[in-house]
Formats: sequence, C-alpha cells, structure tokens
Amino acid sequence: MAQSVAQPTTNPTAVPAKLPIGAIVPWAVFFGILMLVLLYFVGAEQGATSVVAGEDVHEWVHDARHLLGFPCH
Amino acid sequence: MNSATVRNLLVRGMLAGLAAGLLALVVAYFLGESRVDAAIAFEEAHAHEHGGVEAVSRTMQSTAGLSTGVLVYGVAFGGIAALAYCFALGRVGRFGPRASALLLAAAGLVAVYVVPFLKYPANPPATSDPETIDQRTTLYFLMVVLSVLLAVAAVILGKRLAPRLGNWNATLAAGAFFVLAVGLAYAFLPSYNEVPKDFPATLLWQFRLAALAVQVTLWTVFGLVFGVLAERALAPRTAAAGEEAAHPRAAAVPH
Repeated sequence: MAQSVAQPTTNPTAVPAKLPIGAIVPWAVFFGILMLVLLYFVGAEQGATSVVAGEDVHEWVHDARHLLGFPCH
Repeated sequence: MNSATVRNLLVRGMLAGLAAGLLALVVAYFLGESRVDAAIAFEEAHAHEHGGVEAVSRTMQSTAGLSTGVLVYGVAFGGIAALAYCFALGRVGRFGPRASALLLAAAGLVAVYVVPFLKYPANPPATSDPETIDQRTTLYFLMVVLSVLLAVAAVILGKRLAPRLGNWNATLAAGAFFVLAVGLAYAFLPSYNEVPKDFPATLLWQFRLAALAVQVTLWTVFGLVFGVLAERALAPRTAAAGEEAAHPRAAAVPH
C-alpha cells in the first residue's frame, strides 16, 4: 500500500477522483468569461461589433483571424 | 485542496494552450501565410476602392499580429478546455488523466472547429462580402455554440444510456444523435458563398486545408501536453481514488 502511494503514476488504469462541482464553478465562471473576452478580441472585435474605435485591433490580428477560421470582412 | 487542484489544472491548461499555440503558429506561418499573401494579391489586382494607408503593415500582420492572435487563442482555449476537463474528470467514463485530456482535445477540435468549419469554412481575404459580416459573424458563433452544446448533450445522453445499452451501443447512439442534430442545423441555417468567380479554386482549397492543419496541430498538441501536466497535478488524487477502490478503509489514512 505504501508503495502505491509513493509511485502513484505506475498504475495507468487508475481513474482520478471527481472534483466537486462547487469547487469548479467559481473558477469556471470567472476564467471562463475572461477567456471568452480574449477570444472575442482575437475573433470578432471591429468586425460585426466594436468595443474599441477604429480598425487597429482588426488589422493587427487580421491574419490570425483568417487562419483561425473566424469570419472576416 | 479541491479548489487548489482546479487552479492547478487551469494554470497547466493555459500553459499547454500556449505550447499548442506556438506549434500552431509555426504551421500557420509556414502553411498559411503564403496563401493569405496570394489572396491579398488577388484582392489588390481586382480592387476598386482599396489603396488607402495601411494601419498595420503586411510584415507586422504576418508575424507579430499572427503570433498575438494564435497565442491568445491557444491560451484562451487551453483555459476553457482545462475547466471542461475539471468537470469531465471521472464523470464521463473510466479514463485516466492522459486519456481524458486527449479525448477532451479531440472533442474540442470536432465541436469547436470541425463542425462549424464544415458549414462555414475558413475564408482567405478577398472571398467574403464585407456587407454580410454581421450575419456571417452571428451565424458562425451560433454554429460554434450550438455544436458545443450538442456535443455536451451527446455525452450526457451517452452516459444516461450506458446502463441500459452498454458502453458500445450507448456511445454509438450518442454519436448518431450528434450527427443527426448537426445535420439538421446544417440543413436549416443559411449558407454563404461569396467567393468571386475567378478566385483560384486551388488557392481556396489550400488555404482551408492550412486553416484545418492549424487547428489539428493546436488541439493535438494541447491534448498531449495537457495530459502529461494534468497527470502530474492529479497524481495524489489518482492514487487516493485507486486506494479507495481497492481498500475502502485505507482512504481514511492521510498521506
């Protein structure tokens, strides 16, 4: 028993314990939204909608937007 | 302890996403940029109104700009995927940390990219009508959200059916549900084909293949790297869960 605790990765079929939903939700809400905001700026800002005025954000990520498959002008 | 594990996995997910983004960037630069340039050359040869001052030079767009976009995209999806991983871990099936990560990455590739791509494929410059950007953007994001929700629904359905049908048939049924639902969405959502008649078909095909290669690289690298990182982060939990399953009383012993 002590051995299996000392070398936990030697059993490839072991399934880790579930994480309680309550422990995930705060992280998921805060960082989920943050990540979506980042994706919005890469994928859609100054296309159909604009938060920042002008064309600079759009022009800066222009090639990434095309190559990542987002709709672009 | 649980909250710390979630934070740990989130940080590792973003790091794995950054690593995945770096490799995807290499693919995007070497396979994609020449096609973007060719499409812009086509655009300029057929331009009516273009020719104003460029806000960002092509050199900056194809290097620093491309890097910003792809790396931020990698980190963002790395974080989101890590959070999805926290929910899925131990709930979807009897998969270890690495297998779970790779399965999640495969599901992410299909749900977030391939399914929307088959309806609204990536388009190089000069192949879309700026007038329709609003509708195209709305429909693209709608398709992504729909596809992700349907994938989650399919997984839950498969889980529910498993006790009655067995794992194999439940997985097939859930897969069939997903394909059918996606097919219906394809059939009812409007399509756009605004590619100019004389735009080279080969160039369009190569650009789209390059875009697909970027995503396959991104999600594959993410799945592999995150699997290793997550396995290390989860080692104590995996051991504890294994112990508990083998010797229910031993779990009470702290370590």
